[in-house]
Amino acid sequence: MSEPEQTLPLDGWHRARGGRMVPFAGYQMPVQYEGIIAEHLWTRSSAGLFDVSHMGQLIVAGDGAEKGLEALLPADLMILKEARPKYSLLLNHEGGIIDDLMITRRGAHFYLVVNGATKAGDIAHLEATLPRGIVLDHMKEQALLALQGPKAVEALARLVPGVEALTFMTAGAFELAGAKAWISRSGYTGEDGFEISVPAASVEKVADLLAGQPEVKPIGLGARDSLRLEAGLPLYGHDLGHDTSPVEADLVFALSKRRRAEGGFFGWHRIARELAEGPIRKRVGLAVEGRQPVREGAMMVDAEGSEVGKVTSGGFSPSLGAPIAMAYVPLAYAVLGAKISLASRGRIFTGTVTALPFVPHRYHRKGAPQ
Amino acid sequence: MTVYYTREHEWVRVEGDSGTVGITDFAQGQLGDVVFVEVPEAGRAVTRGGEAAVVESVKAASDVYAPVSGTVTEGNQAVVDEPALVNTDPEGEGWFFRLTLSDNHELGDLMNAEQYKEYCEGL
Repeated sequence: MSEPEQTLPLDGWHRARGGRMVPFAGYQMPVQYEGIIAEHLWTRSSAGLFDVSHMGQLIVAGDGAEKGLEALLPADLMILKEARPKYSLLLNHEGGIIDDLMITRRGAHFYLVVNGATKAGDIAHLEATLPRGIVLDHMKEQALLALQGPKAVEALARLVPGVEALTFMTAGAFELAGAKAWISRSGYTGEDGFEISVPAASVEKVADLLAGQPEVKPIGLGARDSLRLEAGLPLYGHDLGHDTSPVEADLVFALSKRRRAEGGFFGWHRIARELAEGPIRKRVGLAVEGRQPVREGAMMVDAEGSEVGKVTSGGFSPSLGAPIAMAYVPLAYAVLGAKISLASRGRIFTGTVTALPFVPHRYHRKGAPQ
Repeated sequence: MTVYYTREHEWVRVEGDSGTVGITDFAQGQLGDVVFVEVPEAGRAVTRGGEAAVVESVKAASDVYAPVSGTVTEGNQAVVDEPALVNTDPEGEGWFFRLTLSDNHELGDLMNAEQYKEYCEGL
C-alpha cells in the first residue's frame, strides 16, 4: 500500500485555478488546467508557470564537499564556476543512474535539485556515501517554480529587473515579491525560461504575481511531460533508471572531460568500457508512423517477434501533430533513419529513428542577441 | 428516440433497432484532449461489453465498448479525421459508430440520462 499523498504549498492555489489534481511523486499535483494541448502550445508561444515544488532542493556543505560529491557523480566540480548550474547524474557502483539532477556551486556550498519521486533515496544515498564532516540539508521550506517559454524573460524581467542578463545555465540571487529568490535560466521544456526557488511561505505571492502577467498561464504536469518529450529530455524512472548507464542513455555530455579520463566515481568501470567499446543499447528518438501514440512499455520487436528493445516514453506531440517516442534500441539500430518495429496494444507500429530534440531547443545562450 | 448510458461512459441513441454510439461528455472530460480515434468498419459484429473502438488522448489510451450487441452499419470517419470532435461535441458530431441492434432487450440493463447523471456524481 502506498502512503497517502502530501500536499504542496500551492495546493489550494492550483485548485482555485481549476487544476485537476492527481497523485504524483507522493504529492497531489495539477495534471492540467484548461487542457494539455492548449497549455503545451501556450508554453511554446508565450510563457507557462509550472509548480515543481515536489522536487528536492538540497545543500551539500563542508570541507571536502567537492571531493565527496565527485566520487558520486561524473561532473568536474573542480572547474565548476560559481552560479553555473550543471546537469549531472548520481551513479551507482554498476554505472546505473540513481537520479539525474542539477548541481550549482553557491559560495561555500553546492545546491542540488533532484527529482521528487527519488529525493528520499537520494538523500539516503548521499548520507550513506558522503564522508563524515559533510553536511546535507534538505531545504523542505523552499518551493520551486519554473517559468518557461519565449516570453518568460519579458514577464519575469518586469518583476525582477536584471534577470534578463542571465544566459542559459547561469543563475543568481534576486528578490521577487519581497522574497529572496534563487533564479537560474534553465528548464525542462526546451524553451528559454527560468527556475525560481523561493521560500514556501512566499510562493503563493510569487505565483500570483507571475500568473498575473499577461504572458503567463499556469501549466500542469501533462504538458510538462509532452514538452520535455518533444525537447528530447529524459524523465527519470521512465527513460533513466538504476539499470541504465549514461552512455546507453546518450548522456555522455554529462561525463566531464577530466572525469571521463581519470575516473574515480561510482560506475566508472562500466562507463569507461562502454565509452571505448560502445554500449549494447542506446536511447533514441522515434517518429511513429500514423496518428496513434505508442506509449511507455511498448516493445521493439525483431522479425521473429522477439523483444529486442523498449519504448520508455511515448505520446502525441502537440507541436508536430504526430506521435513521438523515446526508446532503447540495440546499438545497430541507433542510427538516424533506422526503421524499428514496435508492438503495442496488439499491433505493430513502425518508428523511424529521429534526431533529438524533436522540436528545436530555443535556449538563450551566451552571446546570442537579447 | 431514447439515449441510454453505460457504466463505462458510452452512450447509445436508439431509434427502432438502430443505434448510434459514442462516449459521454464526462468521459471526454476525464480523457482530456483526444488525439486518435479508431472506429469499427461496417459489417463487423460487436458484442455487448466487447471492444468496439479505440480512443486515445494525450494522456491515455482506452477502449470503447459496445453498449449493446449488433452489427456495425457505419463508422464515423469525421472523428477519425478530426479526433478533437470527441472533446467539442461528444454526444453529437463526435459519435463513433452506428449499428443495428440484435437484441433490444439488452437496453433494459443500461441507464437513462438521469440515472447516469447520478452515477457520475457518485464517482
